[in-house]
Amino acid sequence: MQFVLPVGIVVGIGLLSGVMLTVAAKFMAVEVDETAANISEILPGANCGACGYAGCEDYANALAADHSVPTNLCTPGGDKVAMAISELLGVEFEGAQAKVAIVKCSGSREKTSYCMDYQGYQNCAANKLFYRGRSTCEMACLGFGDCVKVCDYGAIYIENGIAVVNREKCVGCGACAKVCPNKLIEIVPDNMRVVVGCSSIDKGSVTKNICSIGCIACKLCEKSCKFDAIHVIDNHAVIDYTKCTNCTLCAKVCPTKVIHVYPKKKAK
Amino acid sequence: MTELAIIMMGAVLTNNFVLVKFLGICPFLGVSKKLDSAIGMSLAVIFVMVLATAVTHPIYMGLLAGFGIEYLQTIVFILVIAALVQLVEIAMKKYMPALHKGLGVYLPLITTNCAVLGVCILNIDESYTFIQSIVNSFGAGVGFMLAMVMFAGVRQRIETNDFPIAFKGVPSTLVAASIVSLSFMGFAGVIDGIFGL
Repeated sequence: MQFVLPVGIVVGIGLLSGVMLTVAAKFMAVEVDETAANISEILPGANCGACGYAGCEDYANALAADHSVPTNLCTPGGDKVAMAISELLGVEFEGAQAKVAIVKCSGSREKTSYCMDYQGYQNCAANKLFYRGRSTCEMACLGFGDCVKVCDYGAIYIENGIAVVNREKCVGCGACAKVCPNKLIEIVPDNMRVVVGCSSIDKGSVTKNICSIGCIACKLCEKSCKFDAIHVIDNHAVIDYTKCTNCTLCAKVCPTKVIHVYPKKKAK
Repeated sequence: MTELAIIMMGAVLTNNFVLVKFLGICPFLGVSKKLDSAIGMSLAVIFVMVLATAVTHPIYMGLLAGFGIEYLQTIVFILVIAALVQLVEIAMKKYMPALHKGLGVYLPLITTNCAVLGVCILNIDESYTFIQSIVNSFGAGVGFMLAMVMFAGVRQRIETNDFPIAFKGVPSTLVAASIVSLSFMGFAGVIDGIFGL
């Protein structure tokens, strides 16, 4: 009968722990917010951070806790997710503004050149640190594709030395915009079709010498715009997308053809 | 007092749990990717180690040694530590939500971690008194933190380096871990030197 004592002790401790935990779980139960859990299920779970919160769960918690938080912040989810969340929370659906990335450089290989034969570590960030990068133009796309590596959607690729966005695949999460060392990528509403493909900060005459398509800051676009939506800032044209109406007048007058017009978006 | 200082220093450096005794390798490799989570995890480990020792030491001395059933220590320790950590987590969630947010997510991960169980059993093996055990556990926790924080730094450097494909990811991490461990072997004898033993 010598096994009774050890078995008894272990069983006793086990029972005691079990009872303690049960009682504790009953008395100290924390109410879990079910709305937040439900919202989490609706969200895509990509944790891309496009909404401005630290991941999907954080956004769900914010939505559940405060109904004034907009339901349409999730760009990968788009209208479908925004509508589902609005329905769940019983708030008005405002429609998600789908977004898309644009690349503000057009300096492909035949338009501009490299000023060094760079043999170092093959990414944009490292190349940028090595004397402001391999491109002759200080603000040109470096073409190593740091943006391609971070894109979860396969929506950006390097073609002829510059980054190109596939507008069909892009969800506007902004991951590429964060890694570009020259800050060439911007996230804009996806109905915006006019893009200035240059960020050069050099004077017009300098730009003209090093890049055949670069913005020469002639201000013709600024004068042509009827909506005060395009201005030359830091020696290149910048579009104010809150005012732009897609009239494409600026693109027509641009002497270097650096203002691109993308085709209208196909209805999904 | 000197004796406690020796135990403390020994647990942190010469007998570092992760790098010299090779206990708690899984959180060491798993949670050391970012400095923030490494620190959170380490604080949770320090907390649980001290708490577990404070409970298991009296249980061993009173219950197991008293009835002559020391051979049950592993099973009883696992049971007690798991229940205890679970209890603390429940209480923390209720009364200290802020602390739970920072520390709580790591608690279930280390309920029956080998480093925690190891420190409890080693305290008994070394026949430390209650105070000595607590100091040893605290030191072991601090040593764990030292290893985690150091290794998080090493890993952040590794991430930005270009390795041959065969070495990318886990292999490079393991090689780095072994080199860091090698450096800790250099501490052997340091304690004796400091305290003139």
